[in-house]
Amino acid sequence: MPDDFAPASHVRLGSNSGQPQTRLDGLAKITGQATYAADNAPEGMLWAVYAGAPAGRGRVASLDTGAALAHPGVVHVITPQNRAELQQDPDARAHVFAWKIDILQSETIRYAGAPVALVLAETLEAATEGARLLAPEVEPLPVRIGFDDGEPFEAATVGIGANPATSVGDLEAGFAAAERITEVEIETPPQYHNAMEPHAIVAQWQDGRLVIDTPNQAIVMSRPLFAEYFGIAPEDVHIRSPYLGGGFGSKAILNGPQILACLAARETGRPVKLVLSRAQMYGPVGHRGATRQTLRLGTDAEGRLTALAHHSVSATSSFDDFLEPAANASLNTYASPAISASHSGSRWDIGTPGPMRAPGEATGSAALECAMDEAAEAAGLDPLEFRLRNYAETDPATGRAFSSKALRECYRLGAERFGWAGRPMAPGQMRDAKGRLLGWGMGTSLFPAPMSQALARATLRADGSALVETAAADMGQGAWTALAQIAADGLGLDLAQVEFRSGDSELPDGGVAGGSGHTATAGSALFSAGQDAVAQLVRLAVEDPASPLHGAGNQAVRAQGGRLMLEGDPSRSESYAAVLARAGLETLAGNGRGARSPEAAGAHAMFSHGAVFAEVAVDPDLFQIRVTRLVGAFAAGRIINPRLAESQLFGGMVWGLGFALQEEAVHDRRSGRLVNGDLAGYHVPVNADLASIEALTVPEEDPFVNALGVKGVGELGITGTVGAIANAVWHATGRRARRFPVMIEDLL
Amino acid sequence: MTFSITLTVNGTPHHLALDDMRVTLLDLLRDRLGLTGTKKGCDRGQCGACTVLVNGQRLNACLALAVQQDGAEIVTIEGLAPADGLHPVQAAFLEHDAFQCGYCTPGQIMSAAGLIAEGEDGADIERIREGMSGNICRCGAYRGISLAVAEAARKAKTEAGA
Repeated sequence: MPDDFAPASHVRLGSNSGQPQTRLDGLAKITGQATYAADNAPEGMLWAVYAGAPAGRGRVASLDTGAALAHPGVVHVITPQNRAELQQDPDARAHVFAWKIDILQSETIRYAGAPVALVLAETLEAATEGARLLAPEVEPLPVRIGFDDGEPFEAATVGIGANPATSVGDLEAGFAAAERITEVEIETPPQYHNAMEPHAIVAQWQDGRLVIDTPNQAIVMSRPLFAEYFGIAPEDVHIRSPYLGGGFGSKAILNGPQILACLAARETGRPVKLVLSRAQMYGPVGHRGATRQTLRLGTDAEGRLTALAHHSVSATSSFDDFLEPAANASLNTYASPAISASHSGSRWDIGTPGPMRAPGEATGSAALECAMDEAAEAAGLDPLEFRLRNYAETDPATGRAFSSKALRECYRLGAERFGWAGRPMAPGQMRDAKGRLLGWGMGTSLFPAPMSQALARATLRADGSALVETAAADMGQGAWTALAQIAADGLGLDLAQVEFRSGDSELPDGGVAGGSGHTATAGSALFSAGQDAVAQLVRLAVEDPASPLHGAGNQAVRAQGGRLMLEGDPSRSESYAAVLARAGLETLAGNGRGARSPEAAGAHAMFSHGAVFAEVAVDPDLFQIRVTRLVGAFAAGRIINPRLAESQLFGGMVWGLGFALQEEAVHDRRSGRLVNGDLAGYHVPVNADLASIEALTVPEEDPFVNALGVKGVGELGITGTVGAIANAVWHATGRRARRFPVMIEDLL
Repeated sequence: MTFSITLTVNGTPHHLALDDMRVTLLDLLRDRLGLTGTKKGCDRGQCGACTVLVNGQRLNACLALAVQQDGAEIVTIEGLAPADGLHPVQAAFLEHDAFQCGYCTPGQIMSAAGLIAEGEDGADIERIREGMSGNICRCGAYRGISLAVAEAARKAKTEAGA
């Protein structure tokens, strides 16, 4: 078997891709039949609820385990005193997706809400009450939270293994040559994913195998992470994750409560369900770390950048490193002869941050787009014109050609749709019919188009239908649908003839639903698996004297609608079922792999692009800010399913709105506890926050990004939108954002 | 001590001897009646994922104790559709892609059904946005939700008028 089945060049997809197919999992979801992890309740199951640390730093001095155990229904309490040994050190980082986790390894408290004990009971009510009765007493230490109190440190890496500092060109010379220099400092707060589905796990041990129902964005890759803690083989971990109730990055990383549930199931010999409360979602399952960013932009007399320096102080926990790679957003967006992107860290007594929808790109582009707007104002240029003058024809960081970049078309289309022309340069010039101040702002969207690695299997069946399999993860982006469309095209079948199995670690590795690369990666694997199966089928046909295709060259045979036919002579054709029947085959399986070769990755810079235009209305007396219009125009390679892609782009833009105006986790700097750790206090956009929203897609053919020509749309929409809204607020009020979210008090 | 209650859920009467008065209506539905279509997103009445219809009114099931619901008629997502198809709100949700991950969806749909029963006629999208704002969708499918509810509401009005 050759190592790489991926087709070598841009392929023609069939009739399924490109169709606005409604979600194939839609019926299950609208009727309540879709089974999420917490919906499982195996026979004999115990409920687990953990008690969280009531302080941000210190030590647990005592726990009233007696009171908990005395509560009717409570069967067991696990504390650091009696927790069984595990085979993996939770403070090691054994894997790039394994953070340091809190699993009762000591009484030390590293952040508020970290598990301090686990209660197991016959009912949820008893477990909840048991956890409350533990009433931990703590010896607190002063907490370090916020950039002024945090402990500064030099970063070794940012994001997932990225360089903390990158520079191109001569920065000093660039600033020396500048006609004017714009300096901006902007803070972004800690933000929380807040998927609607709280993290959940149902763990059971069956004959030495660990069987887990848990939402997971990297199903097969996660097996060894669990296995290492229990000294079992990765193959002995079975993860089932057919539906994720949102993930946004928080369900890609192993978390402590998951291991605690598996441990409790082993200790009690019974299945265990552990579902985090909403309050518990603010701690052990990651968040977007805070940033304090400084930008310096030098421009010449024509408004062209001469130098761009972007530094981010990124907050992380006291014990682990995930630094929001915010400054890297400046490396690939605008042309400048000299660019520097650098990071340093600040240690806070909080749970460790992690990837959250557009990690780095969201925070970094928010600050960059605000800074670009200020520089445009300083240069006396329209913000769009200023961006066009600084259009990057090649990747500023590497000098490489872009694999495709239809950003100019996005600017043009978005501006036209929005009605950007005629925008007054000065702020505070427009009012709506209600007398509110109107402002228009814009921002550039940019997100990389990476690929991970995935495998897939496609099996033709005797009746001419097919089974396709890969352990993909659908957290709402539409994998169940878009991947099936690609698979059907790979097989030359109609979508209805394809059965798609996914979301289970017993299937071929579907890769990671992250980095907006899942459709590209798993889709490539599925497509090439289908092509592999069809190629075998063609071989059977052309070598068979009984076939109407006998003697035809492999290349001359086309597969379509479940039939093989001779190019140019459709009368010579036969069905898949006929070929299989004559060959006496019940099934015929093909394999596929999705990945990008290092050569391809090094040849081009690969990004999705877009332009977002925002209108806000600000009450002149109350300064209440409303986003009245959002128009985005995006170019992201081939769109497999326009209906679902539009939803993804909307989702990103809605997140941009939340980032710009609402989302902020607030810590009590004395106790370290979150003061707004629930959905009443931590504001996310609701339906009424959104008036008019449009997401246009610009056609883009990309022959280099992968054979399918697919980039990604999952994270793109949040970039650009944040800056566009903040810049619109300036245009309405004359007030520049210095921190996010922009609040009423910032406008007074 | 046990508490005897009778609930009608999706048309089926349940006579229950409840051994724990702390059980919420949401946990009763999910954990004791096996109706897991109704979701728990916050357990605090802040997100709407657990919305069900109680005596025709929408209610956050996480905020109601089961013992208080004696005699109530409850409709959950599992009982909304007629035997031969989908409820108009469900069909409109599918068509308008009014969901992504699907977790808030049962609550959104029940809330929409309740809103329409409250007299929402689909003429004013702003009113729908307000009326649906007790149901958070973190995927941000709000545009589709509003359009779906408006369509279903207009359809309901047309049918009522016919």
